[in-house]
Amino acid sequence: MSQVRTSDNSIEPMISLSGVGKWYGAFQALDSINMSVAKGEKIVLCGPSGSGKSTLIRCINHLEAYQKGDIHVGGIRLGHGSKVIDAVRREVGMVFQQFNLFPHLTVLQNCMLAPMRTLGLNKPQAEGRARTLLERVKISEQAEKYPAQLSGGQQQRVAIARALCMRPKAMLFDEPTSALDPEMVKEVLDTMIALAEEGMTMICVTHEMGFARQVADRIVFMASGVIVEEAPPAEFFSNPKHERTRKFLGEVLGRH
Amino acid sequence: MGREEFLFLLTGLKWTVALSAVAFVCGCVAGLMVALLRTSGVAIIERLTAGYIAVFQGTPLLMQLFVVYYGLALIGIQMDAWAAVSVGLTLHASAFLGEIWRGSIEAVPRGQTEAAKALSLGYVSRMKDVVLPQAIRISLPATVGFLVQLIKGTSLASIVGFTELTRAGNIISNQIFQPLTVFGIVGALYFLMCCPLTIYGAHLERKFLTASR
Repeated sequence: MSQVRTSDNSIEPMISLSGVGKWYGAFQALDSINMSVAKGEKIVLCGPSGSGKSTLIRCINHLEAYQKGDIHVGGIRLGHGSKVIDAVRREVGMVFQQFNLFPHLTVLQNCMLAPMRTLGLNKPQAEGRARTLLERVKISEQAEKYPAQLSGGQQQRVAIARALCMRPKAMLFDEPTSALDPEMVKEVLDTMIALAEEGMTMICVTHEMGFARQVADRIVFMASGVIVEEAPPAEFFSNPKHERTRKFLGEVLGRH
Repeated sequence: MGREEFLFLLTGLKWTVALSAVAFVCGCVAGLMVALLRTSGVAIIERLTAGYIAVFQGTPLLMQLFVVYYGLALIGIQMDAWAAVSVGLTLHASAFLGEIWRGSIEAVPRGQTEAAKALSLGYVSRMKDVVLPQAIRISLPATVGFLVQLIKGTSLASIVGFTELTRAGNIISNQIFQPLTVFGIVGALYFLMCCPLTIYGAHLERKFLTASR
């Protein structure tokens, strides 16, 4: 949570992928992906739809299996045994495009479930933690409501709080604002910016280029299952090297 | 028809209710197992369970009761009629409820399981805390509908000699020679059990329709 942690990115990367390949039948979704994310680093993953960016971050917490290469998270090699997978999932929080809150549980219960079941917190501890984090995403007054009673932006902030209740070392965001009405995008991005400023390690799949420019340490551009180009935002926007990157930027930034 | 005869019918009714309750409760427990195995993700287990369901859905309940009652006796397992029809109806209910709940489990959006996995919840917690509470809600109207079928299905137990409501009616009818009166009353008693459940099922359906809007 403190700024101190961000400077400590020396020894080994928080998340590293080497030579990761994934196929859906004959279709290759990811091709030899190499990527390394240091502690406290913020990565924005972008690219045209179907480029494999969601698949890539879903491999990091093994929501998708991959067939080739290695993924390490927080020093743990992500294998196929459920013990290792659960250990990695405890370290990495994820926020989904469709929020995926549990509709039959209140906001508070959504946040308390996993810490009680997998971290062994008792009810008061879990509730205390949940309320603190709901406070942090500025939604504590909605704690007793059910997800369906909240707006999309509020639901997504609850989803962020729910993931943070596990005290993850890194957070994965899978197009967190794509399902939101335009007027709700900002409140979610502000929450993510606050999180970034606190030093969280983040990988965000997003088309919000303003967010990328403001927060990202590096922007990774993917197309057709490969990483085409990666660069700090200033360089990425002003001096894209590849034709595909230029074309993509032209489309998302609206300058043809 | 006198008071004696009517009381005998009520004794039969008592056994119909008891048989329905046992078959439903045991069928629920076994049906949950069937539903979980059917959605386990392990191909061989899923196929075996699908076969189990297909056998019970594809044969008449009466045959199933015969097989349990006479078949088990043939291989040396002696059971009285009560135990045999309980086992038979439980197996029957487990297959049908298993299939209803399989559908309900699969109707819970995949994102729910993914979110639970991403929070590192294990299989038991994913099912118990996340998927099943939602699946049960989805399945309630169909489950209540099956309970109605099951109550009426218990009448087949009369054929293997178990004195529930239908057989009680048969016995009385043979004594007083007023089949229309007797079976009219028997029918009315079934209706009084089943109709409120049907209405309740329809009510649940409406409730969930409005809730999901």
